Amino acid sequence: MLMKRIIPCLDVHEGRVVKGVNFLNLRDAGDPVEVARVYDEAGADELVFLDITASHEGRDITLDMVRRVAEQCFMPFTVGGGIRTIDDVTKLIQAGAEKVSINTAAVIDPDIVAQTARRFGRCATVVNIDPKRVPREAFESRRRSLPGAGPARDQGPETRGEYIFEVHTHGGRKPTGLDALEYARRVVELGAGEIILTSMDADGTKDGYDIEITRAVAEAVDVPVVASGGCGSPEHMRQVFEQTRADAALAASIFHYGEYSIAQTKQVLIAAGLPIRPAA
Amino acid sequence: MADLSRIAIIDYRMGNLRSVQKAVEHVGGAAHIVTRPDEISEAQKLILPGVGAFGDGMRFLDELKLSDAIRAFAQSGKPMLGICLGMQLLFDGSEEDAPSDAVDGLVPGLGILSGRVVRFDNDRGGQRLKVPQMGWNALRWDRPDPLLDGVNQGDAVYFVHSYYAQPTDESVVSMRADYGGDFCASVHKDNLFATQFHPEKSQRIGMKILSNFVGL
Repeated sequence: MLMKRIIPCLDVHEGRVVKGVNFLNLRDAGDPVEVARVYDEAGADELVFLDITASHEGRDITLDMVRRVAEQCFMPFTVGGGIRTIDDVTKLIQAGAEKVSINTAAVIDPDIVAQTARRFGRCATVVNIDPKRVPREAFESRRRSLPGAGPARDQGPETRGEYIFEVHTHGGRKPTGLDALEYARRVVELGAGEIILTSMDADGTKDGYDIEITRAVAEAVDVPVVASGGCGSPEHMRQVFEQTRADAALAASIFHYGEYSIAQTKQVLIAAGLPIRPAA
Repeated sequence: MADLSRIAIIDYRMGNLRSVQKAVEHVGGAAHIVTRPDEISEAQKLILPGVGAFGDGMRFLDELKLSDAIRAFAQSGKPMLGICLGMQLLFDGSEEDAPSDAVDGLVPGLGILSGRVVRFDNDRGGQRLKVPQMGWNALRWDRPDPLLDGVNQGDAVYFVHSYYAQPTDESVVSMRADYGGDFCASVHKDNLFATQFHPEKSQRIGMKILSNFVGL
C-alpha cells in the first residue's frame, strides 16, 4: 500500500538554508546537505527545497547546492522557487533534482508545464498552487478583464455565492483571476504529475491545513496532492489525511524548531491507523 | 584492462545518473558512466538507470547503438540491474505513447524479457488511484532473492511511475507491491535484476539493495 508522505520544506537563499534547523547540534545549520542528512536519518519521506534567491548569479549557487544534495542524500527531493523558463527547469534536473516545482511561471504561461512534462516526464513535473479566499464579487470583476474567462463555478456548498479560491502569486499578494480548481485541472491536463497546494489563508497560522480547499483540489484531480500551509502539530496532519485525499503533508517550522520530531509525528499518524512509513 | 570491481552505469541521456553513481559508491562499489557499446561489453557489472518517456529511452539507446550491446550483456551471465525506466525497457514493449497502429499496441523495447509495460488504470482495483504513483510502498516477496539480504517483508521503497511491467512469465517477479492490487516491483532472472522503484532514493533499504547488487 502506498504510504502518506511527511515532507519538511526548507527555504534556501543563495545555497543556504534560512531559518536554519535548530533541533539538533548541527555543525552548520545552514548547510543544505547537512540538514538533508539529518532529515534523512530522522525518517522524513521526502524534502522540498524552496529557493528564495532572487538574483541571477544566485541561481548558479542554487544549482551547485542541488548537485551536492543529489550526490550525498539518497532520498527523494523537489526543488521549487524562481523557475521562470524551461532552461531553468533543465538546469535543475541536470543538477540532480528529480522533481521541479513551478509556481508563477505556470500562471504566466502554462505551456512551461507541458514542456517540462514532455522533456522530463510527468513524474518530474510539479506545480505549486497558492489559493486564497476572495469575495466572489472581487473575483468576478477581475475575471471579466481576462480574455475568454467565463463566470467562476461554484466550488462547493460551503462557498456558494460567498467566496472563491483564487490562485495568487508573490506569497499571496498578487491575485491572478484564476479559479484554483479550474487551474488545478488545467495544469494536470498539461502534464503536472503532482500539485503542492499552499493555502495562503492558512500559511503561517499554525492553525491547521485548509481542509476545504485541500479536499476540493484533491477530489478534482487524479494526481498526488501535497497539502501545505498551516501545520502546527501532528494532529493537523492527521486531520488533513483523514478528511481529504491528500497524499502528502508538508511542514516547516514544527520540524525545524524542534517542536515535534518526524518520529513523534509519524507515531501519532500510525496510531490513528494511517498508512505511514515508520521512522527508522 | 577492465577493473573487475567496477560497475558501468549507462548514460543514454535519460536523466541524471549522478545519484545512482554516488549511491553505488556510498555502499562501497566503484561506478563509472559509460556511453559506448564497447564499454558495455567490457563491463563486469552493468546498471541501466533512467527516468522519462519509454519512446525517448529506446530512441536514444538505438541512436547511441547501445541496444545490441545491452542485449549481449544480458546473455553474458554477468550481473545487470535495470532501474525504473531501465527496468521497463528490458521488456517487449510499452503502451506509453504507443501510436494507434503500433504492433500489439506497443512501442518496442529491448525484448530481453517477455511481457508488456502498461499504465496504472485510474480505477485499478475499484479505487480512485492517483497516477503517477509517487511515494513509499511496502515490498513483499514469496521466495528469497540475493538483492533482499537484510531487507524485511514490508520494508518500503520509493516509487515514482505511471507505468509498470507485466512479465509474461510470472516466475521472474521477485518483489511485489500493492497499488490498487498487486503489481510487479522487481524482476530477477538468472543474472538479470530490475527494480521499478529507485533504490538510490530509498534511503537505508535502498542502500541495502544496492549493496547486495554490488556484492554479487
